Amino acid sequence: MIRARALTKAYPAKPSGELLAVAGIDLDVAPGESFGILGANGAGKSTTMRMIGATLQRTSGELTILGRDPIHEGPLIRAHLGVVPQQDTLDTDLTVRENLLTYGRYFGLPRSQLRPRIEELLDFTQLQDKRDAKVDSLSGGMKRRLTIARSLINEPSMLLLDEPTTGLDPQARHILWDRLFHLRETGVTLILTTHYMDEAEQLCERLVVMDDGRIVAEGAPAELIRRYSSREVVEVRFGAQRNAEVVPHLQGIGDRLELLPDRILIYTDTGESDLQEIVARGHMPITALVRRASLEDVFLRLTGRSLEDA
Amino acid sequence: MIVQALTTSAAVAIAERRAGRPDAGIRSGRAHTLIERNVLALRTSNTISFLSGFVEPVIFLLAFGYGVGALVGTVSYAGIDASYAAFVAPALLAASAMNGAIFDSTFNVFFKMHFMRVYQAMMSTSLGPLDVALGEIGWAMIRGAAYAVGFLAVMTVAGLATTWWALLLIPAAMLIAFAFASIGMSLTSLMSSFQQLNWLQFVLLPLFLFSGTFFPITAYPEWLQVLVTMTPLWQAVALTRNLAFGVIDLSTLGHVLYFAAIAIVGLYATTRRLDALFLR
Repeated sequence: MIRARALTKAYPAKPSGELLAVAGIDLDVAPGESFGILGANGAGKSTTMRMIGATLQRTSGELTILGRDPIHEGPLIRAHLGVVPQQDTLDTDLTVRENLLTYGRYFGLPRSQLRPRIEELLDFTQLQDKRDAKVDSLSGGMKRRLTIARSLINEPSMLLLDEPTTGLDPQARHILWDRLFHLRETGVTLILTTHYMDEAEQLCERLVVMDDGRIVAEGAPAELIRRYSSREVVEVRFGAQRNAEVVPHLQGIGDRLELLPDRILIYTDTGESDLQEIVARGHMPITALVRRASLEDVFLRLTGRSLEDA
Repeated sequence: MIVQALTTSAAVAIAERRAGRPDAGIRSGRAHTLIERNVLALRTSNTISFLSGFVEPVIFLLAFGYGVGALVGTVSYAGIDASYAAFVAPALLAASAMNGAIFDSTFNVFFKMHFMRVYQAMMSTSLGPLDVALGEIGWAMIRGAAYAVGFLAVMTVAGLATTWWALLLIPAAMLIAFAFASIGMSLTSLMSSFQQLNWLQFVLLPLFLFSGTFFPITAYPEWLQVLVTMTPLWQAVALTRNLAFGVIDLSTLGHVLYFAAIAIVGLYATTRRLDALFLR
């Protein structure tokens, strides 16, 4: 579906030279795959997405979407795609139903064909009750669902989701994930950017980690955790002042130790006994947590930054 | 079935039919879908501002045509004696076409571009930048023409439209509105703040007052006359006034060509700019 080689997007930078938003990445996405691009804000995720969506031209490198070059066949590629942009671009002058209708009309679809399609999509995104409501009266989660319904109006073979659940409350996120999981099962290719680890773990079969315009790791979520992290992580907090003081006294516990401004992370395969050892050495943490390693830890390991701080 | 993976959807089939054309990258031939969108959006639009476009030229006609006109008496235009109201009315029609088109292609387009992000959404479909330009400029033209039709009705009732040529005022108003809208939208696409749009109002007022609207430009020194004849509203006023008085000659064609040229330049500039903003 997607093939990119040395894909690069450069912007002219202020005094001289250029800023590489995407600095030569290689990507291959197969039909039906659900593929994630994970990274902090400013890592180049959205730029990559817009190039794949044929609304931003690459500076150099190769890119083919469904075997076509977006520079030469943009409209045709876009007819294949469903796009859920990071910021809502819903038409606030129109109702929920009218948003779907006009968007379908932009693709040239006849009304007779759109009418049943809209009903299907309103059912699928659970927006039937809101069909005649104005967009402004919808909650954040409903707006996102409407954007997803809108992106499906042209029966896309590939769906591009740029930070689909950013800014939503947990309940709304779970509803959205459930719908996306449903879509995944229908065989549509999903390309998703996110800076939420749990989202990537839930929705992506395979992902790349991007940092500073480059791909720093690639693989299935579980595989990445195995490769770059231990099985478990002990998180302990001794208070912002004391964390650094305690570190030298924890030598020999776990495989690796990471000092963050607010906490200490210890990578290990034996979390519970390591925590007992810390306490046994006379250091009583204010809070302590033993958890399974996640993509968050992979990201921290690869970039030296935690995703939320970055 | 919510998604048809890897089969050719109707949207793709439509795009494929267009793909071979030389203008496939910028145009899908679906500018009318933007007009449909704008018709649906009418319900939420500001009715007062829309209606004021009808009322404004009528107020000017009452104040100047009949108020000031009572002092002026009869005027002579192209060898024809007429009331001052008959002299001013076609100019007000041209100005209302201009105002309607400019308002839509500047303030409304700016809002859609930067706050509603409507064009961003459109450009992620298989629409092209020329479709968006044609659709929005075409809509502004419809608005300007609607004002012209309304005002022509007022002129007719008031006995100010005395020749059948006056019917040509409607296509003339459409051409004028299209040309103004195409300049308006191309300028708007270059702007980044509402303050810059206010400069436009600053230009429109003198244009409205001094383009031969209320008095002939022979009141100016020679050099200024030449300058004024090059401005768009003078061209529009000359065209509409000639039509209203039934004076049809080669200059009529000149005015038409003037606006056709502006329309093409504005359309080209708008398309280029939309492409640069949303597809590059």
